[in-house]
Amino acid sequence: MTDTTQGTTNNPATETRRDWRSFLASTEVDTRLAGMIAALAVIWVAFHILSGGDFLTSRNLWNLSVQSSSIAVMATGMVLIIVSRNIDLSVGSLLGFLGYVMAMVQTRWIPETFGLGNGRWYTWIVALAVGVALGALLGAVQGSVIAYGGVPAFIVTLGGFLVWRGLIFRMGEQGQTLSPLDKTFRLVGGGPNGSLGEMRSWILCVLGCAATCASIWFARRRRLRYDLATRPVSVDIGLAVIGSAVIIAAVAFVAVGYESPITKAPTGVAYPVVIVILVTMGMVYLSRRRRFGRYVYAIGGNPEAAELGGIDTRRTLMMTYVLMGVLCAVSAAIQTARLNSAVTNLGVQNELDVISAAVIGGTSFAGGIGTITGAVIGAVIMQSLRSGMVLLRIDSPSQDIVVGIVLITAVTIDAALRVGRRRTVAVALTVGLALAALIIQTGRQ
Amino acid sequence: MPGSSASVTPLVEMRDMYVSFGGLHAVDGVTISLNPGEVVALVGGNGAGKSTLMHTLAGARPADSGQILVNGKEVTIANPRDARAHGIEVIYQKLALADNIDAAGNLFLGRELRTSLGALDDSAMASATRDVMKRLNPRFRNLSTPVRSLSGGQRQSVAIARAVHFNARILIMDEPTAALGPAETEQVRELIAQLKSEGIGIFLISHDIHDVFDLADRISVMMQGRLVGTVDKNSVTKDDVLGMIIMGKKPAGLA
Repeated sequence: MTDTTQGTTNNPATETRRDWRSFLASTEVDTRLAGMIAALAVIWVAFHILSGGDFLTSRNLWNLSVQSSSIAVMATGMVLIIVSRNIDLSVGSLLGFLGYVMAMVQTRWIPETFGLGNGRWYTWIVALAVGVALGALLGAVQGSVIAYGGVPAFIVTLGGFLVWRGLIFRMGEQGQTLSPLDKTFRLVGGGPNGSLGEMRSWILCVLGCAATCASIWFARRRRLRYDLATRPVSVDIGLAVIGSAVIIAAVAFVAVGYESPITKAPTGVAYPVVIVILVTMGMVYLSRRRRFGRYVYAIGGNPEAAELGGIDTRRTLMMTYVLMGVLCAVSAAIQTARLNSAVTNLGVQNELDVISAAVIGGTSFAGGIGTITGAVIGAVIMQSLRSGMVLLRIDSPSQDIVVGIVLITAVTIDAALRVGRRRTVAVALTVGLALAALIIQTGRQ
Repeated sequence: MPGSSASVTPLVEMRDMYVSFGGLHAVDGVTISLNPGEVVALVGGNGAGKSTLMHTLAGARPADSGQILVNGKEVTIANPRDARAHGIEVIYQKLALADNIDAAGNLFLGRELRTSLGALDDSAMASATRDVMKRLNPRFRNLSTPVRSLSGGQRQSVAIARAVHFNARILIMDEPTAALGPAETEQVRELIAQLKSEGIGIFLISHDIHDVFDLADRISVMMQGRLVGTVDKNSVTKDDVLGMIIMGKKPAGLA
């Protein structure tokens, strides 16, 4: 790309770089996504060294995977909302309210109001169903006001932020903590026994590898059928091998490699992580392979064009909020199950973490740009920073400062890369890293 | 003249159309028609109502009153979907492309091909796009990159391909050559000639009087929402038409 004017150059460095680039281009891997994975790797290695070898352990990565899950689930929905040029500030409060309602179902309504007692086989199903249905309904309410009422999303969800949080206290008998929760429901949180175990984790692993290979194979076959250009066979095989290797390594090292401190047996993949995997797959399918997803991106790219294309833009926008409400309910289940209780400050500041995860994951506020996978990686990056700093005994306020710096740095770099301003990238990276290092160094207790 | 005999049923007739924004009459009692294989140019100053009239035909803006007839039958056009169902396609001045989506995604926007399971059939759409592009712009290569990174001419090709692929019988072109270089403009002209020969009727909104005289069969002049008149290209001079645009009156001696 750089040497087109030089004609026959023999500079080996440039040659290698071009080969590397053409290889990357032939894989059709999203370079932005690759950059994020690289950033994540750097963060992991850095914390591993700084903590004297405590970060890249089965135990820490297992915990990291569980702790990222709630934010990751919501971030997949936030991507679509931000892509369509909107925002949802209410997710933390909505999560808190839905979590509280689900806890009420288990601890008050089923056992006392209906007099059916504790520990019924259906308790967890009813609680989850009520949470998901209510999440969808409240999402629809906010979405309708935004889409059909034409009120800015910022205002509507700011209102929701206050209303849902306030409602927790109104229904919560002076805001008391609801505990303990149903035994089966608690599994969703990934606590003791809340994992697949060794055998089932390996089954999941095999399924994952098979799905990876199958999706690459079917995509190839579809393109061949229509006589479209395909990736070289070697690249497809390479992608299948790398994908499967990552899955096997993750299951072997993180999931099965971690022995539960209670049962002394390999824990396997935690249920919240299973949920994240399922939600991510579902949301990727929805955003890339369904009309709904295509329309969300079209609205974000050019609202006028979407309208002129005959797309029902209002309905589409409303549906993004319905989806967000459902995902809030799923996250609320994970968080309350993990705590084995519902507290009134459940989900406080989660909206900021969710938006940050989406944005660190490459979602642009200008609209039209952002990926589900990116947002999930963004959530893992955020949680990695927090976990790493906890390992380094950095106090909580300093953690916030570092996350804030990383957020701004990431977005600056992303914006600069898009217009090809390399110097800005270098400056942002240097300043960001220096500031973060300074805060980490001075924040150690 | 193609389609100028009275025995042919017009492709489109818009009768006595009124469109207002608040108190402003953007379109004020306009009657206009289009025959198969004919290009009717709509000309007039800024705010004359040409675009508004065409937006109404395209379903992008409702009319207050008036009749729209397609092939002699009265139809209701409430949204872009209705318009498309009647074979009306639009190429907007701003092209109406979603920059973050590739050519195939834009071509099929709102009319996606789907598999039996209801998923987007991207391969089928890419293949169809490649085929229609081969006809319009043989040098077009970038089927799977977002249209943001395409040149003005390539973007124009995508917008035109959208109309052509869906077998438009009535085409509305809003300043189709305004953003193009000379070579690309020539391409669009050839395309218009080709579409005409296939019996497609074209409404052409243009500010360029040379374009209008080169491409149009009839010229409808509008001013402040009203139709000044419709004239046969061969019976007027450019000065006559300019006079109509500026003075808002038909020159003496024309019926």
